[in-house]
Amino acid sequence: MWASSARIYAVALKEIKQLSRDRVTFAMIVMIPLVQLILFGYAINTDARHIPAGVVDYTQNQTSRALILAIEATQAVNFQHHYYSPQEATDAIIRGDIKAVLILPHDLERRIALRSNRLTQDSARLLNEPIGQWLVDGSDTLIAATVRSLRTMPLNDVTQSALPQTPVTFEVVQWFNPEQRSVVNIVPGLLAIILTMTMILFTSAAIVREREQGNMEFLINTPIRPFELMLGKITPYVFAGLIQVSIILLVGHLLFSVPIRGGLLSLFGAALLFIFASLTLGLVISTIAKTQLQAMQLTVFILLPSILLSGFMFPYQAMPEPAQWIAEGLPATHFIRMVRAIVLREADFLVLQQDALWLVAFTLLGILLASVRFKKKLS
Amino acid sequence: MSQAPVIESRGLTKRFGDNTAIHELDLSIEQGSIYGFLGPNGCGKSTAIRMLTGLLEPSSGDVKLFGHPIRHHEESLKQRIGYMTQKFSLYDNLSVLENLEFVATIYGLKRKLRKARIQELIALYELSALSKQLAGSLSGGQKQRLALACATLHQPELLFLDEPTSAVDPENRRDFWEHLFDLSDQGTTILVSTHYMDEAERCHALAILENGNKRADGSPQQLMEKMPAIVFETEGLHLRQLKQQLIAHQDILSAAQIGSRLRILVSKHQAQPLTLLNSLSATHHFSQVRPSLEDVFVANTGGRHVG
Repeated sequence: MWASSARIYAVALKEIKQLSRDRVTFAMIVMIPLVQLILFGYAINTDARHIPAGVVDYTQNQTSRALILAIEATQAVNFQHHYYSPQEATDAIIRGDIKAVLILPHDLERRIALRSNRLTQDSARLLNEPIGQWLVDGSDTLIAATVRSLRTMPLNDVTQSALPQTPVTFEVVQWFNPEQRSVVNIVPGLLAIILTMTMILFTSAAIVREREQGNMEFLINTPIRPFELMLGKITPYVFAGLIQVSIILLVGHLLFSVPIRGGLLSLFGAALLFIFASLTLGLVISTIAKTQLQAMQLTVFILLPSILLSGFMFPYQAMPEPAQWIAEGLPATHFIRMVRAIVLREADFLVLQQDALWLVAFTLLGILLASVRFKKKLS
Repeated sequence: MSQAPVIESRGLTKRFGDNTAIHELDLSIEQGSIYGFLGPNGCGKSTAIRMLTGLLEPSSGDVKLFGHPIRHHEESLKQRIGYMTQKFSLYDNLSVLENLEFVATIYGLKRKLRKARIQELIALYELSALSKQLAGSLSGGQKQRLALACATLHQPELLFLDEPTSAVDPENRRDFWEHLFDLSDQGTTILVSTHYMDEAERCHALAILENGNKRADGSPQQLMEKMPAIVFETEGLHLRQLKQQLIAHQDILSAAQIGSRLRILVSKHQAQPLTLLNSLSATHHFSQVRPSLEDVFVANTGGRHVG
């Protein structure tokens, strides 16, 4: 007999009792996902809107005012200031008062008229004579892209006459998220980030705490095997992880109308695989860290790339290849891929078997590594 | 009937880098005896105990428990030994009963036996009124009783106690030793480390450790008989000055003031100790007295450490 279920059960029971008496940790299991989901669900938005902007209007008549109103109606920018010269506006950009400035030339009306006149539909000439110019603080690429999208803004509202449209090269149909709400993409990603954080931290801290508080010195002298101790310690956190998954999905659905298109079984199957992978990562950390503080630092070391490289913040495809290799090594990357596919694209668990297999392999490797490193010796 | 010693070590050595924590320790401890490690803090008592329990790998030398080497027998030996750590190592946020139940399950006691054994220990160590209380809220003496109960739950044949009474008042200490004698009576071999002389004096046999070396061993009686010094006492005025005067001489191992008396250890190398003392101070009257264990300790460790 290489493992006693009675001993594993005893360790798990003890851990649950301790956890239920540690009110702060217990509250964190529920409060971390709840608060972070609500906070980030509302706060993170990848489509920039109402960018503070200024205008240098050399025309100052009804047409220019109509144009300014039309631009504001797109909600892309918010004109806050009129400046008398481009120099004044540039200074405002440097100070950070505004992010962009629109310069409307003296001959605005002539340039607009040029567009309505079919006889002058010479595209080369139009290119040389745009109706105005945007100066943008391009350091934030999201803001620059939003202003750039105004380049081909239709002028129908200004001229009150139908202008010829630029012919469309491609038609784009947006599936799964037709309203382009970023929260739909963020909630499933947050699931992975919150689980990464709590699962790794809880397990690594739980084992390191036994060593730090001297319990390990006693345990080492009992017949308990390292494997039994580790398995007993992580069992309660599997349930904690499943509770967190349920909270995030439920709140995401109720508050942010995030659809859950795929099967719940596939979803919880994927979540379970990810929880196991994260817990074993926590176990490996616990065999390296000597104090709870070190365990925390190592968790952050894993957490940051999990946030930045996993596809949660930036598209995986946009990263250079070496960064993609690193991302492949993180369980969060695979889980985010799976959970977005299941939740948003109604994918089946079986379609995602490659990511699932990877998580299983990660878990097995982690358990092996932790068992080898976890010695029943001091020093 | 002669039996193999319960603990036997030969040349047991532990080095941490350049520092030798335990140097060539030879031990032979008989079944049912209470054996003491006496020494100041940092002399290697804990290191020695950790090597004897298999917690630390020795740098060299070997240990046999019940006639078996520790290596390759770790798991089966763990059912036969109990260990009470220096620092309280049970769970502060579990109750007394929960701690006992946890340890009993870890040692694989079956449900029925577990219940009976826990009840027995709760009664024996007067824990019944505290059974629902969290271990973290117990007093020093109560924690120590709980730790002893947990260490003896599985009825070990050999019990290691690492400075068990360091956080306990004298009355609780006496009660604690009563429990140890009960265990010893039932055949349990006990190895206890301490820096209290009165505790060391209760042991059947002890080893005096200093800087990782065993300076002397034997029963307290034997140690007093074979100590390398003779003890004198004197009373009178200007004892502080007299002390300075005496310890300047190489044959005076130590002079320590105890209340209004000065206790002096003279090396046995000195053939006429009284003559020497009288020649050093004509105004004081010196008389030979019976040695105490503290004198044995001081004489064996060269007087560099006391207490």
